This record gives sequence, C-alpha cells and structure tokens, in this order.
Amino acid sequence: MDYLNNLFFGYFPYIAGTVFLFGSLVRFDMSQYTWKTNSSQLLDNSATFRISNNLFHIGMIFLFFGHFFGLLMPHSWYPYLGLTAGSKQIMAMVSGGAFGLLALVGGSYLLYRRLYHPRVRAQSTRMDIFILALLYVQLILGLATIGVSKDHLDGAVMIQLSNWAQAIVTFSPAAAYMADAHWIYKAHVFLGLVVFFVFPFTRLVHIWSAPLAYITRQYQIVRQRQA
Amino acid sequence: MKVRAQIAKVLNLDKCIGCHTCSVTCKNVWTSREGMEYAWFNNVETKPGIGYPKDWENQDRWQGGWVRRDSGDIVPKQGGKWRLLAKIFANPHLPEIDDYYEPFNFDYQRLHNAPDSKAQPTAKPYSAITGKPMEKIEWGPNWEEILGGEFAKRSRDYNFEGVQKEMYGEFENTFMMYLPRLCEHCLNPSCVSSCPSGAIYKREEDGIVLIDQDKCRGWRMCISGCPYKKIYFNWQSGKSEKCTFCYPRIEDGQPTVCSETCVGRIRYLGVVLYDADRIEEAASVANEKDLYQAQLDIFLDPNDPEVQKQARADGVPDSWLESAKHSPVYKMAIDWQVAFPLHPEYRTLPMVWYVPPLSPIQSAADAGKIGFDGLIPEVESLRIPVRYLSNMLTAGNDRPIIDALRRLLAMRIYKRGQTVDGNADPAVLEQVGLDEARLEDMYQTMAIANYEDRFVIPTNHRELSTEDAYGERSGCGFSFGDGCHTSGISRTNLFGSKSPRQREHSQPVSVWSPRSKSTEHDS
Repeated sequence: MDYLNNLFFGYFPYIAGTVFLFGSLVRFDMSQYTWKTNSSQLLDNSATFRISNNLFHIGMIFLFFGHFFGLLMPHSWYPYLGLTAGSKQIMAMVSGGAFGLLALVGGSYLLYRRLYHPRVRAQSTRMDIFILALLYVQLILGLATIGVSKDHLDGAVMIQLSNWAQAIVTFSPAAAYMADAHWIYKAHVFLGLVVFFVFPFTRLVHIWSAPLAYITRQYQIVRQRQA
Repeated sequence: MKVRAQIAKVLNLDKCIGCHTCSVTCKNVWTSREGMEYAWFNNVETKPGIGYPKDWENQDRWQGGWVRRDSGDIVPKQGGKWRLLAKIFANPHLPEIDDYYEPFNFDYQRLHNAPDSKAQPTAKPYSAITGKPMEKIEWGPNWEEILGGEFAKRSRDYNFEGVQKEMYGEFENTFMMYLPRLCEHCLNPSCVSSCPSGAIYKREEDGIVLIDQDKCRGWRMCISGCPYKKIYFNWQSGKSEKCTFCYPRIEDGQPTVCSETCVGRIRYLGVVLYDADRIEEAASVANEKDLYQAQLDIFLDPNDPEVQKQARADGVPDSWLESAKHSPVYKMAIDWQVAFPLHPEYRTLPMVWYVPPLSPIQSAADAGKIGFDGLIPEVESLRIPVRYLSNMLTAGNDRPIIDALRRLLAMRIYKRGQTVDGNADPAVLEQVGLDEARLEDMYQTMAIANYEDRFVIPTNHRELSTEDAYGERSGCGFSFGDGCHTSGISRTNLFGSKSPRQREHSQPVSVWSPRSKSTEHDS
C-alpha cells in the first residue's frame, strides 16, 4: 500500500505536473493550429446547450479557483480572513457543493449531447469524449466528498489535504499526508492529477488562452508587413 | 492625414447573370475541405430573398455590425468588451449549421450498383457531417434561386423596409436581381473588433482582412460580429475562416479567383486611397443616411499632389500611387458615383461596392404608363423599387441611387443614339451631369469591360516583407498553420488535430445481396 500511495501521491503529481507544463509549452510552440476551444456550438445551438454550457463553465471556473485557494493558501492566513479550519470547511462544502451542482447539471447535458447528438458525436474526437467523461466522473467524486466531509466538520481532513498539496508544490515529502484519507478523497485527488496529466493532449488547452487581454485591447488591429 | 491604400472591389449588378461561376471557382479553390463544405466565401443570392445564412440582413436577430451610442461613440452591436466576454461560453447570436444548410454529398455509387427495378435509381443525399443518409435537403446556399419558394417567405427580406411589398408578390409586378456576396474587407471591420484573441487583422499594405489560423482559438464571436455573415466556423478544425481576397493572387498582381472567372465581367479591382485617421469619424456619423457620403469623404484623390506626398511619407509604394490613378473602383465609386457600399448602416465601411441594376421599363413605357423626365425615363418606374435598392446600398437614402440609375440610363440612351440611330444627343448627358469624354470612359469601363480596364492591381512588394528571401526557399507555402505536415500520414497528431484532407467516415456504398440474375455479368 505504501508503495502505491507513494507512487500516486508522491511521484505522480510531479509526472503529471511536468507533462502538464512541458506538454502545454510544446503544443503551443509546435502546433498552435490545434490550440482551440473546439466548439461544437455550430452543430447544435439549442437553448438547452447554451444554458448547460454556461452552467458547466461557471461551475468549473469557481471550482478551480476554490480548489486553488482552498488547497494552497497557507494555514497561517486563515485568521486574517476571519476563518477557522472548521468554518472554512463548511464554506468549502456549501459553495463547492452549490457550484459543483451547477457544473453537474450542465455537464450532464453536455455529456449526453456529446454521446448522442449525431452531429456533435460525428465531430468529436475520442479525446473530446474521454476528457468530458473524465471531468464528469471527477465532478461526481468531488460532490461525493461532501458526504464524507460532513463527518468531520472540524476541518482536520481538509488541513491534511491542503498540507499534502502545499508539500507537493514546495517539493517536500508529501505522500504520507494522503495515507489515511478516505478512498473517495484519494480517488478525487488522483483523477484531478490525471486531468493535469492529459491536459496538453485535450481541448482543455483553451483554458490557457482565456482572452482577458481583450478587455484592454484596441478594437481594430492593423498588421504591418513584416520585415 | 494618414494615407493607406486598399485593393477595393466593385460589382456591376446591372450585368450579373447569376451563373454562380464565381461561387464555384471560389469553392474549388478555398472551401472544398472537410469542415468547410457548408461555407461559401462567395455566394450569389437572388433578391428579394432572405439569403444565406437565413435572414442574414436582420441584425436584430444576429447582432452584427456596430451601433452608435448616445454619447456618439460606436460599439459592436453584440456588446462592448465585457458584455462580449460574458457571452463567450455560448454565443447567443451564433447561427446554427441549419441556418446555412447541412452539407451533403450524393451516393452516386447507388446509380452503378442498384439492382434491377421498375423505377430509376436515385442518388440519395447523405450528410457530410455525420455520414448518415438524409431524408430531405431543406436549405442551401442558393435556395431562393430565381424567385424559388413562396413570396410570403422571400418577402421577409429586410430590404422591403418602407416598401409596400404586397404588390410585388403579384406576377405582373414581380422583380428580381442577383446579389453576389463576399467578405467586404471593411475599413472598420466588426469581426476584428469582436475577436477576443486578436486573431483577425487588416493588412496595412492592401487592406485585406485575414484570420491568423494559429492565433484563432475558436471563441466564435466574429461569426455573429460580422453583419454580412461572411466568417464561417470550420466545424472540423474548430477555427474561423473567411474570404482571403485571394491574397496570394493579389500580391502577384492577379485578380481574385471570383473576379478572374466572372463570365459576365462584372467585377472590378483597383486601388483606393483613404485617410486612415478619419475612419472612426466616418463610421460614427449620427444619421445612418449620411454614412455613404461619410465614407466617400475619407477616400482621397490619387491625382492630388498633397495626397501623393503624404502617401509616399506613409509608405505607399509609387507603383500603387500610379495604379490608384487608373483604378476602375475609384472611377465608379468616387468619380462617377454609380457604385455603392452594401448596407452602410452596419457602420463597418465596407470596401466591396455595387452598381445598382437597371430593370425592365420598356413594355410599360410603350403602353404610355411611364413618365419621362426630360429624355430619360423616370427611374421610379423601373421594376425594382428604388427604395429596395437604397435600403440595400445607401441605408435608405434614395437620392444617390436615383442619380446613379439615371446616369446608367443616360449612358444607354446616348450610346443607342450613337450606334443604332446615328444621332447621339449630348442633351441627355447634360441632364445627368456627364460630358462626352467621361461617358466614353464609363462606356469603355462598364460596358466593354476589358480585362485591363477591370483589373488594375499593382503587385505587392514582397521584397519589403522579408529581409532574407534566400532563407524562405523551400518553405511549405500554403498550409493550415500546422507546419508543413498538415497532410501527413497519421490521421491525428499527438495533440488531436485531424487531417483536414481526410474524412473520418468513409462514403457509404449501398449494400445489397446479388440475386442470381445479376451475376450473369460475371460469367
């Protein structure tokens, strides 16, 4: 068990992280033509799709930042934000649960559509289907952790998990923090790492290109002949 | 003043015969790939009609182009920057594939291998997207060809605004015209301003608007942003594509494919100089009806020494200045004012202009029903309502259209007098403010339309574009932005891009069991 625990939560995070960063860089450098959202809206533009896609994206973006700050914020900062481990645990469960539900509702239709809408299915690559299914399972696992977390509202497990994440990003021995976690947490964390691992090979790369620069850009672009 | 040059275009609708040669040659060159079957960078519509994609002129529905706010500045109609980004997960104004049409092929194999039957076998259509047979073809790029379909449906045409359209549904009063459409290569393009990733740009040297295929991320805001619906989403590559104005040909001094192959010789290409500092001012005038004049006002006279001096200072090559003096586009749009921009009310300052078509008048004139205005028949009694044309070309401002139609009529009357009746009457020219020399030039350019009069295109100075031409040798030429290996052996690369040249689904061939009868061939 120790061996697997070490492999999955001690070494795999670095493999996944390396592939995530280096793979993204290589793809951006070598194959920008493939760097895209790969939208299928042209093929199915129903109102259901538009609502679902908004729900899915809004939910996912919140969940991403929730995890990012929730896991990586140093514990010593909690008091400055008026938080205790327990109150942060409850905040995470409530907000994560709410946005997770939004994403799940949207994701359910998106997955159904990707599998059963004839045009969308025809346009999909295997990777498109795989990554959506993966995120969907990950969402369900994430929501399932709420059921486990309600048994320890003091936030001890949450602290444990964020210790693990902080140890990983600071290159310290980390796997031990995961050893006693409930299997649902382990599965959720592992799948999360898999998402990073496959990220450069999927359409998820469009996340890197969130067009925030548009806000400050001039409307018109005229390119000069390149010398 | 900042002088820029653009290769602009005029289409003489008076001579368009609706043969679609432009569309077909364009398709063969540019959009015959998987993902782009439904896209026609150039298509010819029969008007009145709702067009392709359906209802494209209705900006209340598609939200293309610009709107002027009370403060006097203009923003894309689909929303300012924050509002546009808020729509990015699902663009509510995006047309669906069915608004264009579901692309299809025919199962021609069926004609070869159908078993004996009483009825002739038919080649069934099957979808180019799913590869599945289609029950029925519901719409196409030219569904309303030559008044196809019911008037009730066609008359939803946006250009009927302010026209008592009921009477035009009657057989006696019906009218039609052809409208070939392509990207307008606007001075104030709303696709460029809608692109969140900044992939779309206008080229400084010749004004061609292009999409950087490497930078496009498929946010698809340009598709709704363009009021002409001339940006197409490639559903296979996930990138937007548009008319390139055949820039590799233009750079070489050759006309675009659609212009080159136009059998009616209605297309003209030439240099127009304009003042880039006044684009915003021209696009923001308060009254829509003034937009045509405002755009005319920023065009510059290539014979003016001041303009030439400034143009040289701004880097316009001498060969371009020389071409600008002979530009057929300058003559028709600015000098003779017989060509007009398509829907100036979108505030994009389009650079593909149209000469409005004349329409039959003679039978009614002979019956004495038609009034004459001096020597020229009243243009109000032409079959195509002037308001219909002005809704299309001058935002509802009738006067410039009337003047242009009168000039075209005067040219016909004068040349008919000269060549048929043997007594050319200069009075008819005076009536429309033309002199004989100018009329002869007009006649030469518009009626005779020799190749060298239609296309005055200076070559692009490629030597200015690269410092090291030797290093460019053996480059991969035109590719899809995926390096030189776009059509490699593997169907997908490591990062999941499909080859645009290969279809994933094989073409269906009807499956049937040979009966004993048909095996006779083999024996």
